[in-house]
Amino acid sequence: MLWIAIRMLTGDAQKFYGLVFGIAFSTLLITQQLTIFVNLIERGASGVYNVSSADIWVMDPVSRTTDIAYAMPATALDKVRSVEGVAWAVPHIRAQASVRTGDGDLEGVAVIGVDDATLIGLPKRMLEGSTEVLEQPDSVIIDDVGATRMFPDQSPIGERLELNDQRAVIRGIADAIPSFTSTVVLYTKYSQALNYVPGTRNRLSFVLVGAEEPAQAKALSERIEHETGLKAQTRDEFAKDGIDFIIENTGIPFNFGITVALGFIVGVAIVGLTFSLFIRDNIKQFGALKAIGVTNAKIRRMVAVQAGLVGLIGYGLGVLGTILFIWGFASNPTFKGFYIPWQIPLISLASVALILALTGWLALRNVLRTEPASVFR
Amino acid sequence: MGTLLDTSAIGGCNPEAAICTRGVTRDFQAGQQTITVLHGIDLDIRAGEMTFLVGESGSGKTTLISIMCGILWPTLGEVKVFGTDIYDLGDSELVEFRLANIGFIFQQYNLIPSIDAASNAAVPLIAQGMERHEARTRAVAMLEKLNIGDQANKLPSQLSGGQQQRVAIARALVHEPRLVVCDEPTAALDASSGRRVMDLLREVAVAENRACIIVTHDNRIFDLADRILVLEDGRITHDGREMPEGH
Ligand SMILES: Nc1ncnc2c1ncn2[C@@H]1O[C@H](COP(=O)(O)OP(=O)(O)OP(=O)(O)O)[C@@H](O)[C@H]1O
Ligand SMILES: [Mg+2]
Repeated sequence: MLWIAIRMLTGDAQKFYGLVFGIAFSTLLITQQLTIFVNLIERGASGVYNVSSADIWVMDPVSRTTDIAYAMPATALDKVRSVEGVAWAVPHIRAQASVRTGDGDLEGVAVIGVDDATLIGLPKRMLEGSTEVLEQPDSVIIDDVGATRMFPDQSPIGERLELNDQRAVIRGIADAIPSFTSTVVLYTKYSQALNYVPGTRNRLSFVLVGAEEPAQAKALSERIEHETGLKAQTRDEFAKDGIDFIIENTGIPFNFGITVALGFIVGVAIVGLTFSLFIRDNIKQFGALKAIGVTNAKIRRMVAVQAGLVGLIGYGLGVLGTILFIWGFASNPTFKGFYIPWQIPLISLASVALILALTGWLALRNVLRTEPASVFR
Repeated sequence: MGTLLDTSAIGGCNPEAAICTRGVTRDFQAGQQTITVLHGIDLDIRAGEMTFLVGESGSGKTTLISIMCGILWPTLGEVKVFGTDIYDLGDSELVEFRLANIGFIFQQYNLIPSIDAASNAAVPLIAQGMERHEARTRAVAMLEKLNIGDQANKLPSQLSGGQQQRVAIARALVHEPRLVVCDEPTAALDASSGRRVMDLLREVAVAENRACIIVTHDNRIFDLADRILVLEDGRITHDGREMPEGH
């Protein structure tokens, strides 16, 4: 019987493709939009993810994210180093600056000063040049997305910049996760950063800490807070702070929410309509089957199999479409590092199941209500 | 005397009867009004013969065979099919009973358009749970009996009306039901193919232990009947080998 159900559906090519299209479209819209959403808001934590070796970030109690930090006195570093359980602690500067390119354009950039001795604070991988270039005078390393943005048609290596009226030479490109705003990032040594960032006495943005026992980072962060009076966040906590900041301060969740809801509604509309048309066209056949002796339970299973088939094919196409989309745009800086978190295909699968359960149930009601006696009319 | 006592002992039904209706009444609700379409029908249908049910449009023919084959509940009365009081069965038991015992032939054939003739004819067997290949083999054998074995792999849309009705007949007979009901089987066919279809139906459907009821308007095929029942305004007014005078 289930074989007959499938043939009934696939035999009506127009409606079959309509149903598959409806599901595929919904899946694509939901999966793709959720993927972009998650990847975008995760960029609120890119500053944290780029420094993967730090277990704990220590900051002034009013600091909120990697980009919203209130500077601390340099003595904070020694206070943190003296806390038991701290394997190492290094200074970290993050500041805004204006840069004038060779062409005379003005651009806002983020300057990140990393520890002179260990270079902790740099992204893990370099795309061009090595981290040692920072030994040379006035050296900066640019992040890759910033490089394509500032120098779309040329290599940035060797370019001279005026950074807050100080000379800087780009000598390397880092492979970094772009920030939410895709701001150009220039990495330099801590001591050099102090020259670039005009300022007052306090210029230390963060102290990055490695724990003796990384698994106990949470306890250590509490001890640091207790003993220094500073704020200490584990890597995961601080990443979450960055993401929450984006969620709370932009219209992004709302906008993406609307698109996802639309995907769902359009799915319900297309699939619901096509399903009802399909059932209506076949109501005589279903009536005949009921008269001949097919129970309502079997009819239910037939419609479920029809819905399941459409769902599986449509869902597969939709997810495939999303994968192709992410893959196709992988080299585009806007989508750099985008991935599909495993939860998202599950969410769209649940949505598809819901769409089909809803529309299938509506369509099925007509079949179940059909009196077998109607076949003689 | 003995026979009379016997029949009254089981609700007045002759145990030999294939179908037995006693006091079958059916009302329909039309707005505020209740119309009684059948008025206490008492009938015994015998196996081994072809019974025609004729009457004017609206006389209640379709209503009566629907009740006799277990797809429409009577308002009053009882129906026994081969001894089973079918409206005493539970819902799913009744469905199973129909699947095992009744073959249906509809005016509009109601074939499934996207599966071929053999699969259409095999539907009752497949519904009974028979493996598809075996069901098709038996369906093809039935199609051969009906002289359309060579059309087994065609879709309904590739067949003529007469051929489609023969596929429908194959579907009605493939599982060897004990009761075959047909409502206007020739109404959608031209005279000659209607006649051919009925000749074939008579050949294959009539069997010693099988009852066959045909509702028809078609006076060109009355000569094929073993018994003709005339229904007028919900009452049986004639029961005989031939049509009554004046019809
Ligand atoms: N489901 C229903 N609801 C209301 N009235 C009905 C219903 N089914 C049948 N009737 C009425 O019952 C009467 C008999 O209908 P039925 O279909 O049994 O007639 P028929 O003899 O088969 O007629 P025809 O030759 O036109 O097919 C008609 O007046 C019809 O309007
Ligand atoms: Mg009728």
